[in-house]
Amino acid sequence: MNGVHDMGGFQDMGPLQHEKNEPVFHTAWEGRVYAINTCLRAIGKWNLDASRQQNELLPPADYFRMTYYERWLWFNEQLLVKHGLVTPSELATAKPDRGSAKAVPVLTAAAAARSLGRGIPSSHDPRVPPQFKVGQRVRARNINPTGHTRLPRYARGRVGNIERDHGVYTFPDTNAHFLGEKRQHVYSVRFSARELWGERASARDCVHLDMWDDYLEHA
Amino acid sequence: MSTTRRDFLTAAGAVAAQNAARAQDHDHEHQAVPSDPALRVKALESLLVEKGLVDPAALDAIVDKFEHKVGPRDGARVVARAWVDPAYKKRLLTDAPSAIAELGYTSGQGEHMLVVENGPKVHSLVVCTLCSCYPWTLLGLPPVWYKSFAYRSRAVIDPRGVLRELGTAVGDDVEVHVWDSTAELRYFVLPERPAGTEHLSEDELAALVTRDAMVGVSKVAPPGAKV
Repeated sequence: MNGVHDMGGFQDMGPLQHEKNEPVFHTAWEGRVYAINTCLRAIGKWNLDASRQQNELLPPADYFRMTYYERWLWFNEQLLVKHGLVTPSELATAKPDRGSAKAVPVLTAAAAARSLGRGIPSSHDPRVPPQFKVGQRVRARNINPTGHTRLPRYARGRVGNIERDHGVYTFPDTNAHFLGEKRQHVYSVRFSARELWGERASARDCVHLDMWDDYLEHA
Repeated sequence: MSTTRRDFLTAAGAVAAQNAARAQDHDHEHQAVPSDPALRVKALESLLVEKGLVDPAALDAIVDKFEHKVGPRDGARVVARAWVDPAYKKRLLTDAPSAIAELGYTSGQGEHMLVVENGPKVHSLVVCTLCSCYPWTLLGLPPVWYKSFAYRSRAVIDPRGVLRELGTAVGDDVEVHVWDSTAELRYFVLPERPAGTEHLSEDELAALVTRDAMVGVSKVAPPGAKV
């Protein structure tokens, strides 16, 4: 979806604010939201791509107004209701509905202390052949999916070079919507700054993006 | 959260918020109003605990880990080892997950980590324009500036301006490489070892390495330099 979360290239977002000796969490509730997010994902009703997709569904005005962890709170509330773990009335009253079943937490304290939580794993599956080779010139396809995608607008239609094959990964555009993993190769693609931003960019500079097979075509 | 930060975020979003007002008008039923997130989070946690969906001790463990156990000191140890041990550095640049595991760092998003090296000819920096992907295994959770709209938007279109704004000088003859973390690879910058540090021990070197240098928005200053 062409949304405001796809930020690469905006120029009107103000100066950088760099805080010295910044705490990990600025308030206690930020830490709780972070941890709740981890525990809820461990239940397995949704995946990391679905979490990102839900975050992107926040109306733009709210996306800009809220702080980072306010957005995390919002998308976790939405996912809880969407996947039937919590009813809207429970969310409103903060009390379980009468007669609702009691679950057993999936992520234990011991497991939480041991692991940082997992990303989405890669693999080197020979049954999934790469569509492109290192060294090839490729064009990022000009696609505008209305669902989740990890192909930023600023790269669409641009030509770059494949520098590395990272192996096989789940495809976020389908995985986020529970439409299958559609596993395929991901490559590091190097685009010159001038290809992306025009002649005023430095001739020496470049941007590397990681791209799935389905984002690319031969150039 | 500081009032300053909220004011800034509000100001930064103001223009886009106006543009988005139309979308909001017909979306009232979905609009989330974070009147008091602290209270909302407290209510949510108590509900989830009562329903048996979340163990409060697991929440404590996760917060404790990110506040006290993982963070930029881990990344600094990896950098210092790479500076003193060329064979380790080679392993780190070719197979980062195994190399960081040698020092005891595994799990999490680090399983797909790639290390890029900064030097006199190439300066790399890391960003996630779409969300907030970051090499958590070695650096802990990202700082607010890394997740800010300003950094996410400008790091790719004006990396030299971003570096200047953060006080980092990069010559016109140096290539600037931006790594946008659009997939599940997590990028970590091996900064250039500063001159005049030949006599320092590995621990002393690690103490010089900053988080910002491992994201690539600054360089490691020589010992005693004014930062």
